[in-house]
Amino acid sequence: MTKALLVALVKLISGANVRWAGCNPEIRQRIYFANHTSHLDAVVVWASLPAAVREWVRPVAAKEYWTANGLRRFLAANVFHAVLIDRTKVTVRNNPIEFMLEGMGQRHSLIIFPEGGRSSGEEIGSFKSGIYHLAKEKPGIEMVPVHINNLNRVLPKGEFLPVPMLSCISFGAPIILEPGESKTAFLERARAAICKLRPS
Amino acid sequence: MRLVIDKQTVWLVGGVLALLLVSSIIGYALAHTAKGESARHTVKNLNDRIRAWWFMVLIFGLALATGGAGSIVLFGLTSFLALREFITLTPTRLSDHRALFWVFFVITPLQYWLLWTDWYGLFIILIPVYAFLFVPIRNALAGDCERFLERTAKIQWALMICVYCVSHAPALLRLKIPGYEGQNGKLLFFFVLVVQISDVLQYVWGKLLGRRKIVPQVSPNKTWAGFVGGIASATLIGTALWWATPFTPWQAAGMSLVICLMGFAGGLTMSAIKRDRGVKDFGNMIEGHGGVLDRIDSICFAAPLFFHLTRYYFTP
Repeated sequence: MTKALLVALVKLISGANVRWAGCNPEIRQRIYFANHTSHLDAVVVWASLPAAVREWVRPVAAKEYWTANGLRRFLAANVFHAVLIDRTKVTVRNNPIEFMLEGMGQRHSLIIFPEGGRSSGEEIGSFKSGIYHLAKEKPGIEMVPVHINNLNRVLPKGEFLPVPMLSCISFGAPIILEPGESKTAFLERARAAICKLRPS
Repeated sequence: MRLVIDKQTVWLVGGVLALLLVSSIIGYALAHTAKGESARHTVKNLNDRIRAWWFMVLIFGLALATGGAGSIVLFGLTSFLALREFITLTPTRLSDHRALFWVFFVITPLQYWLLWTDWYGLFIILIPVYAFLFVPIRNALAGDCERFLERTAKIQWALMICVYCVSHAPALLRLKIPGYEGQNGKLLFFFVLVVQISDVLQYVWGKLLGRRKIVPQVSPNKTWAGFVGGIASATLIGTALWWATPFTPWQAAGMSLVICLMGFAGGLTMSAIKRDRGVKDFGNMIEGHGGVLDRIDSICFAAPLFFHLTRYYFTP
């Protein structure tokens, strides 16, 4: 109930137009990776998946934001089952990759934002190496590029009131880490896969 | 605001439903006879449009049936959705965010609230005067001077077209025309019917006979045959509906002609904006038609003129 309401609300505010250009929504373990421009990103990508697929997808989100108050804590834990990552103190024992793998288990998919932080929305920043390590730990997994357009205008960095503009979420053709592919080459390929989805 | 549903209303609604039924049957027949890729594509688009028409007529009919409140809410929502499509396509900067918040959540509802409370004096100047001054003030406070005039002007334009102009259609319900009390629902119906049927007939005439384009740089779909045929036939239909309006047949003809011409101008102007932004449609909310703004562009331009003509000549 809460879930259905939240999905409807998110769709209304973000006016997301969803396009599947390169693969179909399927219930299988995947990693969706997207450019990051707004706090709404994780929720919007999650909400734009079909309900049956959504059940098995967990967004990875910033711990300090999603535990800042009771409502956010409730939503993150009980509604979209986010995997919360501590971005402030990354140590050997506190490795985000471990948390993500644990959050995936055998059946769940993840939504990740390889840029780490939010970009301005115009340029896509360089990718952190986390996505490469994930791909290595889960050999053969389909990594689906997701391009988020215009959401930074709905809720820009530093603002707290959303303006209802129309955004567009594009899912592209999956990429898979090739055997022996170097870290830099893979990160570049992943970033290019998102850039390719940019509307001209 | 009380609206009566009389025999004439039933005739109007019945006529539109019959028209849709006939269109659906023709569309069905065409779908089974169309040959070739492009013909099939055109027929599919036609049938999508007819289906969307059923839906839009249903919503509009329900809104009218609830009296004034439903219509004001419906047009308010339409403005909101159109504004959203317009602003999405307009490159604003992040520093416009707060001003946009006011535009969406304060100024737009306020305009329709003024209609609801029948505060005509403020309704008519809220956006052209007060929003006009407020938006640049809010933007100046945000402290970003880059392309300042351009950004402010775009927001102002969006408000004028999507909110101010559109709100003149439900404002027809507020006109106090002697001898026509409680019947304004029919006037709104007449207006929307003539505008929209003119769009449809221009499309049909253009598809059947259209060759020479009026302004090919702006719109490849607007042809002289579509313009003349569509506007003439829509004016005839409007004239034939004089019995539902406070007008004589000649007055109804004049009004219909003005509505059709302004509707055409609206479609053309909005096409120029779409061309400039490099898109075909403002959105994709209505199957076959594009966005909300693509469907109401003719209403935006025709509503203020029809409202003022009626107000000036037919109210004391």
